[in-house]
Amino acid sequence: MDVSQKTTQDPLGAVPVIAPGYSYAGITDKLSALVLTHNTPTAWFAFMAVGFVLLMCLLMSLTYVLFKGIGIWGNQIPVAWAFPIINFVWWIGIGHAGTLISAILLLFKQDWRTSINRFAEAMTLFAVACAMIFPIFHTGRPWLAVYWLLPYPNTMTLWPNFRSPLIWDVFAVSTYGSVSLLFWYIGLIPDLATFRDKAEKPFIKKLYGVLAMGWRGSARHWYRYETAYLILAGLSTPLVLSVHTVVSFDFAVSNLPGWHATIFPPYFVAGAVYAGFAMVLTLAIPLRAIYKLHDFITMRHLENMAKVTLVTGLIVVYGYACEIFFGWYSGSLYEREMLRLRIFDGYYPWAYPALLLCNFIVPQLLWVKKYRRNIAVLFTVAMFVNVGMWLERFVIIVTSLSQDFLTSSWAPYSPTRWDFLTFAGTLGLFITLFFLFVRVLPMISVFEMRTLLPEAATKTKPEGGSH
Amino acid sequence: MAHHAPSLPAIHGLMAEFDSAQALLDAAQKVRGAGYTKTDAYSPMPIHGLAEALGMNERKVAPFVLGAGIIGAMTGYGLQYWTSVIAYPMNIGGRPFHSWVSFIPVTFELTILFAAFSAGISMIVLNGLPQPYHPVFNTARFSLASQSAFFLAIEATDPKFDAEQTAAFLASLHPREVVPVDH
Repeated sequence: MDVSQKTTQDPLGAVPVIAPGYSYAGITDKLSALVLTHNTPTAWFAFMAVGFVLLMCLLMSLTYVLFKGIGIWGNQIPVAWAFPIINFVWWIGIGHAGTLISAILLLFKQDWRTSINRFAEAMTLFAVACAMIFPIFHTGRPWLAVYWLLPYPNTMTLWPNFRSPLIWDVFAVSTYGSVSLLFWYIGLIPDLATFRDKAEKPFIKKLYGVLAMGWRGSARHWYRYETAYLILAGLSTPLVLSVHTVVSFDFAVSNLPGWHATIFPPYFVAGAVYAGFAMVLTLAIPLRAIYKLHDFITMRHLENMAKVTLVTGLIVVYGYACEIFFGWYSGSLYEREMLRLRIFDGYYPWAYPALLLCNFIVPQLLWVKKYRRNIAVLFTVAMFVNVGMWLERFVIIVTSLSQDFLTSSWAPYSPTRWDFLTFAGTLGLFITLFFLFVRVLPMISVFEMRTLLPEAATKTKPEGGSH
Repeated sequence: MAHHAPSLPAIHGLMAEFDSAQALLDAAQKVRGAGYTKTDAYSPMPIHGLAEALGMNERKVAPFVLGAGIIGAMTGYGLQYWTSVIAYPMNIGGRPFHSWVSFIPVTFELTILFAAFSAGISMIVLNGLPQPYHPVFNTARFSLASQSAFFLAIEATDPKFDAEQTAAFLASLHPREVVPVDH
């Protein structure tokens, strides 16, 4: 036990990243039994039921949108972006924490990432899927979206306008979605092989076997695997930073007061990581309780995530301060008036204080160690941040659009029940996909957990003379 | 049906099982030291230095990624240049047809896209995956290679391979057991 204490604890003497007393077989059995079992937890059915009902709401509302057109939403002129784009930015931001955990923390050799990276990556994929629904349906005629969005040789010889940030967005988000899927799948291959070898029913064995592609854990394979995985992490890191930068260009490249600011790219990226970590906490806390993963998702993981949430939250607040300073210092009448309307007496005087409460005031609790280690407080703060980051996009999009240069074109925006139903529906899609994932795939990377065991540490003896 | 090559040995090779990563790594070094070249080791997680201990010295994934990244960048920029300057030049807000600054984000994204997929695909292809059949799975305990056990195989096609001597040599490395691997 002494050895395990040494190698899996951090130098500051915090809680280990994996509880002591596990062997290779112990980890394998415990983590594969979560899937290869007949005893699905009752809570799983409860979450799945909620998710499925909401998913049906999504299908219904999208069908109605296709039938009637987007007039059933509250979108109008000047607030043409409204709910769909708020939700798009919210979802895509949430995805960023998954890539940050799987790629950036890997490059920084943060071993605590190991037990949370797999489901955080799954969260990324599902969040991107939810995000993509919105701009595609927001085009009004999604069946023509391919023609508007992607460059392909069509009969009119027309091409997308590559000077538009909206087209950059198409490339950024689709690249992000595909690379995240690849990264996730590559990470899954060795665990799929474990499931193939652990499964007892022939059909299940075949299914995992096909997905594992005949992986047999050969040393040469591992060698190339690790190279490829590291390269993927190195490529995903600038990619994830670029995605929310490009999303922020959708706003910053326009000249609308409240959008046209150079702080947007870093401020959006920090906001994305902030929202994403809050969502990882929102998912990790119930998962840990339902599946009794306290040995793998320890207090140290939760506390570290709380710290990242706090830091990125402060960067976001710095972004708010910069926005205000830029608006004032620009000397532009419109920028200053926009700020006044946004913060004090526009159409939505409640929105800005609510935003500050959720994103600035409540997360300050995380300075206190006692609260970082209190599950109830942590979960509550994460929920506040989830709401706050949605409000942030509401404030940015709706206040800037509803009251811009000409008072004659001002118009207050209010969403309809279909807006809410579609948004709730994507939450349902997310919950459904996530709990399906938890049921059929390893939610914690089994092979990477094995490498955290003290006996996995090896030394090459010099007499081998292999170099 | 294809003919079996006349020189095909009776078995695929011999496989020794070890209890720990360190034991496997030590054994791999000794096997290489004894002059065996057609060998492979199997473990439930990556072990640093194991492939090198078996004599692997390959750097193929990275050059593929670099090449694909360069092709991706040229594809991205080329696509935008061709569509915006040659195929259908359009005056958008008075910007030049060749507005290179605006072409950077898409160029960047395609660079990453091509490079990332080449990393994944080259790893899978160089590893010979997907591979529906491999003889090592014929041994009774090999399913543990993806769970908790460590294996070292010397293949019968190795020029130094001799069924008895090689078995005795493997037994001298203190394995849990040595078993023949059927085709």
